[in-house]
Amino acid sequence: MTAMRRFLANGWLSAYAFLYVVFLYLPVIFLPIFSVNTAATPKFPLSGFTLKWYEDLPRTPALLDAAWNSLVVGVSAAILSTVLGILAARSITRYRYPGRRAINGLIMAPLVLPEIIVAISLLLVILQLGLSLSLFTVVLGHVLVSIPYSMTVLTAGFEGFDRSLEEASADLGESAFGTFRRVTLPMVAPAIISSLLVCFTISLDEFLIAFFLTGTEATLPIYIWGQLRFASKLPGVLALGTLLLAASFLLMTVAEILRRHAAKRTQNEGGLYA
Amino acid sequence: MTAAAEGSPAFGMTRARRNALLQSEPVQGFALISPTFLYALILLVLPILVVIAHSFWTQNYLTIDRTFTLENYRIALTEPIYRDLLWRSLYISLTVSFFTVVLAYPIAYFISFHGGRHKSLWLFLITIPFWTSYLLRVMSWKVILGYNGVLNSGLMGLGVIDEPSTALLYNSSAVIITLTHAWAAFAILPIFVSLEKVDRTLVEAAKDLGDGPIRSFLRVTLPLSAPGVISAALIVMIPTVGDYVTPKLVGGKDGVMIANAIQAQFGKASNWPLGAALSVTTMLIVTLIAGATVLILRTAQRLAR
Repeated sequence: MTAMRRFLANGWLSAYAFLYVVFLYLPVIFLPIFSVNTAATPKFPLSGFTLKWYEDLPRTPALLDAAWNSLVVGVSAAILSTVLGILAARSITRYRYPGRRAINGLIMAPLVLPEIIVAISLLLVILQLGLSLSLFTVVLGHVLVSIPYSMTVLTAGFEGFDRSLEEASADLGESAFGTFRRVTLPMVAPAIISSLLVCFTISLDEFLIAFFLTGTEATLPIYIWGQLRFASKLPGVLALGTLLLAASFLLMTVAEILRRHAAKRTQNEGGLYA
Repeated sequence: MTAAAEGSPAFGMTRARRNALLQSEPVQGFALISPTFLYALILLVLPILVVIAHSFWTQNYLTIDRTFTLENYRIALTEPIYRDLLWRSLYISLTVSFFTVVLAYPIAYFISFHGGRHKSLWLFLITIPFWTSYLLRVMSWKVILGYNGVLNSGLMGLGVIDEPSTALLYNSSAVIITLTHAWAAFAILPIFVSLEKVDRTLVEAAKDLGDGPIRSFLRVTLPLSAPGVISAALIVMIPTVGDYVTPKLVGGKDGVMIANAIQAQFGKASNWPLGAALSVTTMLIVTLIAGATVLILRTAQRLAR
């Protein structure tokens, strides 16, 4: 009887879980569906399959510029925030010192601040300093909001990392840099790559900060934003959006696999020595 | 591996020891974190201080008059338009965080208690839509709720309605639906983490002592997972108050929020000090509400025990 009841309870929960996943994915799935639809407005019934919206994409110079800008900004932001993330994550996981929690809190703060506040406060300072808005200022903003994510990925990768390995390396005569390169780095490499991918994805998808901090150059989300004003451009935007979705999906999947790989690796090693 | 290798162990040892003496742990740790710390100081703390300073100044056509004034705050708090926008932003963000948390709890519970071997796969499945562009997710809701959109055409096709409904898009409900969807994953993770920490033997003990599944859930699991619920509510509420994209794309006139007004002050209206005062007010109100939420949920947690 209890088994029956438990099955029913679980059944309800499983059904709910299934519906919830549908709720999460359904809206997103409409983008690819209508990006291959012949009609210019996204409505049912579907009128027919076409790839013409995709074929038009490479013939739009403004779009190609935006894609290139996004790539430049994304790569720069990913590298910068991962480097800063490595330093901070290493310091947090390896050392104990006063003020450690407060500093960590400050670095993680952009995660819980309304984005508009981050964007306009940066904008004010940049204008006050007389700097001109450009892709560089966008990178500055993206790094700020990416560091918390980079930190999360990296601290997970650095935690459980066995310090005795590094000590052994130092005892065996390896220099500090040599130890880092030959012992630490190989252990945490998956976490670092995962952080790079996560930060790149954030930068690629980020709109608001880029919108405020860019000069005349558009990134892909800004380009999309501009196109949204024209109803006739919607199918092209849907096609571009689908490609962006696919890119984010792919990057995050790889990042997740690497992250898990990293976690497993440090845990196993730790287990051996514990 | 010859002469150099023979000499280096002893040398390395003394140097390591000297380093340990000269560079204490706190110094090394702080030195290591300082670049990131400085970055956050210069690009986050300093800018916010500049915003706070601006909020006490006055825009004088193209220049800024730097005499201290509270006029901007008077405008922000008493002008009906800004007051209404602040209230609406608060109402929307509180509603959104309520719905995201209520919808997220069962799924977090399901994954934590019944996820079995597939826990991480479930988490991955649920978080991945969150990693896709926020702008695109909002855009897809515009496609769904629009006059010529998916929902209208679908409902007409099914014969539920005769003509497209205009009630779906461009109002605060559209903003609430879109934000609830956009922030769903953000609520699941903290709740899941706190559920994972719930000691399973306590739940079993409650059952052994005669509590049914519902009572043991209400008296053991729910109170123990309250920290996760609190952080989920905050992590959704704080950023949604200042959301700009969703009200702009699906909110229409009735769904405008405070971020849109802030943006206008830095754009077209070109009144930086007023924009700054609106930002500071928003931050303060968010902090107050966040504090109040923590207090209320903590009290509820204590009462539940």
